[in-house]
Amino acid sequence: MHHFKRLAASTAIVLCASGALAQDSITVAIQLEPPNLDPTSGAAQAVDSVLYANVFEGLTRFDADGAVVRGLAQSWDISDDGLVYTFNLAAGVTFHDGTTMDAEDVKFSLDRARAEDSTNAQKVLFEDIADVTVIDPLTVQVTLAQPNGMFLFNLAWGDAVIVAPESIETIATNPIGTGPFTFTNWAQGDRIDMARNENYWGAAPALETATFRFISDPTAAFAAMMAEDVDVFVGYPAPENLPQFEADPRFQVLVGNTEGETILAMNNQVAPFDNILVRQAVTHAIDRQAIIDGAMFGLGTPIGTHFAPHNPDYVDLLANSQFDPDLSRALLEEAGMADGFTATLKLPPPSYARRGGEIIASQLRAVGIETEITNLEWAQWLEEVFTNKDFGLTIISHTEPMDINIYANPDYYFQYDNPDFRAVLDELNATTDPAARSALLAQAQTIISEDYVNAYLFQLAVATVARAEITGLWVNQPTAAVDLTGVSWGN
Amino acid sequence: MSRNLIIGAGLTLFFTALAALSFLWTPYDIELLDIPNRLMTPGGAHLLGTDHFGRDILSMIMMGARTSIAVALVAVGIGMGLGVPLGLWAAARHGSLLDDLIMRGNDLVFAFPSLVIAILITAVFGPSAINAIIAIGIFNIPVFARLTRSAALPLWERDFIRAARVCGKSSARISAEHILPNITNLMIVQGTIQFSLGILAEAALSYIGLGAQPPTASWGRMLADAQTLVSLAPHVALIPGFAILLTVLGLNLLGDGLRDWLDPKIRVVRT
Amino acid sequence: MIRYALGRFASLVISLIVASIVIFAVVEVIPGDPAAFMLGVNARPDTIAALRAEMGLDQPLIARYLSWVGGMMQGDFGMSWTYKTPVADLIGDRVWVSLPLAIYALILSTIVAFPAGIYAASRRGSAGDTAIMGATQLGVAIPNFWFAMILVLIFAINLRWFSAGGFPGWGNPLAAIKALTLPAVALALPQAAILARVMRSSLLDMLGEDFIRTARAKGLTRRQALWRHALRNALIPVLTIIGLQFSFLLAGGIIIEQVFFLPGLGRLIFQSISARDLIVVESVVMLLVFTVIMVNFIVDLTYAAVDPRLRVRA
Repeated sequence: MHHFKRLAASTAIVLCASGALAQDSITVAIQLEPPNLDPTSGAAQAVDSVLYANVFEGLTRFDADGAVVRGLAQSWDISDDGLVYTFNLAAGVTFHDGTTMDAEDVKFSLDRARAEDSTNAQKVLFEDIADVTVIDPLTVQVTLAQPNGMFLFNLAWGDAVIVAPESIETIATNPIGTGPFTFTNWAQGDRIDMARNENYWGAAPALETATFRFISDPTAAFAAMMAEDVDVFVGYPAPENLPQFEADPRFQVLVGNTEGETILAMNNQVAPFDNILVRQAVTHAIDRQAIIDGAMFGLGTPIGTHFAPHNPDYVDLLANSQFDPDLSRALLEEAGMADGFTATLKLPPPSYARRGGEIIASQLRAVGIETEITNLEWAQWLEEVFTNKDFGLTIISHTEPMDINIYANPDYYFQYDNPDFRAVLDELNATTDPAARSALLAQAQTIISEDYVNAYLFQLAVATVARAEITGLWVNQPTAAVDLTGVSWGN
Repeated sequence: MSRNLIIGAGLTLFFTALAALSFLWTPYDIELLDIPNRLMTPGGAHLLGTDHFGRDILSMIMMGARTSIAVALVAVGIGMGLGVPLGLWAAARHGSLLDDLIMRGNDLVFAFPSLVIAILITAVFGPSAINAIIAIGIFNIPVFARLTRSAALPLWERDFIRAARVCGKSSARISAEHILPNITNLMIVQGTIQFSLGILAEAALSYIGLGAQPPTASWGRMLADAQTLVSLAPHVALIPGFAILLTVLGLNLLGDGLRDWLDPKIRVVRT
Repeated sequence: MIRYALGRFASLVISLIVASIVIFAVVEVIPGDPAAFMLGVNARPDTIAALRAEMGLDQPLIARYLSWVGGMMQGDFGMSWTYKTPVADLIGDRVWVSLPLAIYALILSTIVAFPAGIYAASRRGSAGDTAIMGATQLGVAIPNFWFAMILVLIFAINLRWFSAGGFPGWGNPLAAIKALTLPAVALALPQAAILARVMRSSLLDMLGEDFIRTARAKGLTRRQALWRHALRNALIPVLTIIGLQFSFLLAGGIIIEQVFFLPGLGRLIFQSISARDLIVVESVVMLLVFTVIMVNFIVDLTYAAVDPRLRVRA
């Protein structure tokens, strides 16, 4: 019996070993190549997609469902006035170059992000920090200038990861973090390779090596999956191909949600969109389902306000802006626009905007609103629409989590200016009771829905296509990340 | 009349007629989307099927013919309108600093990678049919300038030009009255070739999103839109390609046929 | 000869200066702030200003132009803003895709075009000639990006003989050549068609020349005359076309690189324009223009050395 057990055990080991030999590496495709590998400077999401949770870690982090959980900070105390955060760091953490990660590195990283000459794209995350103090190598104290209920959430962003002064100079091409994978090579224009960090302080990942490839062309993406050149495609670019993958037993298709509220934004300070009747008319002219079907091949959830439907505080306000062309025409007449008008429609590159824009143009034409479509590159969109506010209509997905506060900024590109809304948001920021917060969030959602600030279209979905045997992938994208920590081939 | 000429003229006429007809009538309105009926295969109510928005592909091809022909025609017009006078001028002042300046300017334009410059132009001015015309037109200027100059130079040595000179005619008048009529055939043939290259260039520019903007139909953009659908509905990607192919083929055959018919000694430039 | 060479050299220098000014001016007026683009929608104005200063964008235009040109003359192409690596390194990497692709396409088109052109010329008017000429008409008329799409549909998606795009690097030369095959075929087809036509017509011209007639009169058959005498002389215009095509292929692969997802020079330019990495755009375009101007210069000098009549511009 004893012998039998040993035999069984060794057989199991052999089996595992042979399985591991064949399948301990993975090739993951994403659409865009990171321009560089520094998550603490530019805004390119592709940097986080590759490095977040794999190579770099912060004090806190997002889990697969978007909850904020422990990262390099194993625990923390918050003072009663909400101003002082004391973080207890994990012990025995080293960077990939062998140097120790301690409180000095945390202070360096946070001070660098909030410095005068910082080029951190999300510097606003750190603006409440008044002081960072090293207590001992494993304890760091952060003092805020004012209470901020979102502080732990802010620290979970990819822009807040902990970096080391020893390796900061070359971070853009040779990222040195504390994560479960070590960056090994970047063949620019083609791939990034990483290998398991054998000295990782946490639970070791199942994968030995991982390769990221960058394929934004939908045809190439289809062919690469079908040819099994890649094992996983996160953010698969062509929803029209998903049924073909679903029908193929070699593959699994995961459709999850993102934080991207896709809206038809209207310039609230420019005629005729300064007239609420016109804005309401636009929303009733739009058939959301036709856009979701036509532009996204059915992928996406209709929204009636600027809030993620998977959030427990979401209020269904679709009834405010049902598809009703007759009502739309009546509203235009009431606004003195019975003959319709012409507006610019400026579209950034993603297909939700380009395809969605053609559909919306056709729907608006049906009620008498003509559009002049201009396709813009991102840089132009940022300058013309976002900065100079030179637009009538535009389509854009707001991918930051919990971003209803953009409606409280009258200088934001759609220029919504409502003191009542700002009062609600001020109250929200000062409120900590969850039930009261829910009520205030509901109120905020209702105000922007009834003011018809923008036409709220749908929540952007994310599709992941993977080989059927792979487990542990994130279904949702609460932040731009392809976390490989828990990914493995089969059970 | 050669077979080339007949086939070429036939194809060219056919697509020109489609474009002309689109001003009066198309089977469907291409600005109306019909998403439930998308990606229908050819036959039935839609002769060539429908695209990813349920638009009638035949109607789109007709409207796209209009865009392609208009862009290429104006671009050739720009090239001829500026290139021919420059070439005549350079030939009239052969050997002068001006001649050198014009020819070096031509070399310089040729040295720029045309597609890259087109991309830069649209990056500056934004994508539109007009900017596609400018981008294509600029690169037509040196083609016509060079050709005109090289065709005009030997004419200046001919007796009838010398006679005109002796009569005291200005070189501008000689160029217009005597040189130009003698190079017309050459210009017609080269113009046809540039026209076909213009159609290809317009298709390439709108394929990468730099040409006419929606809802204006364009063959290149139809191809770009269809690219992801190639495995689902191949006809959406095949039909616009054949339209480009046949139009360009028709113009090339027409050019060759015209050359044989007008003057077989003509040498055209093809790059 | 020396005077001619000096004159050509002076005009070469002037051309390069004019080209650099044109490129710099056009690229600089492209709308869209590079720093704002890199930092995205949540960036604060002071962060954008800090980044602009870091990238040197706060310097006056003239100063930036002079430092760009000055750097290039010392072989320093500057530092990419988005990649944060020297532009020279970026170009160095990408050239190893674009250059082999251009050479590959050139070899393919020559292999197809030479026999086709020679055959058509030697059997002028035959069914074979007509078929080859018809095929070249199609080859010239086909949009190469569409042809590329069809190649992908057939050979990558349906037959799965080739991957649909991407480039594995030269670590495995066979895999690299395989990855370049479909793009090279797509690029080569129109070139092969043009080349075959030039080959045929220049051979036919030669066959009408006096020295061929003399050779025929001495008893050579038409085919013997063609192989022994006409071919060698007909090669001059053909080689000129090949030279022209090569520089076209180097820069003209941009759409094909886009379709097949190849990390070449063309796609580098395309990506850099949309990322407003202006320094990369300026340097790569300048490099391409420089190459063409240099090649023209060398060709002119060579011709002039061979044939003194050309020293006076014809």
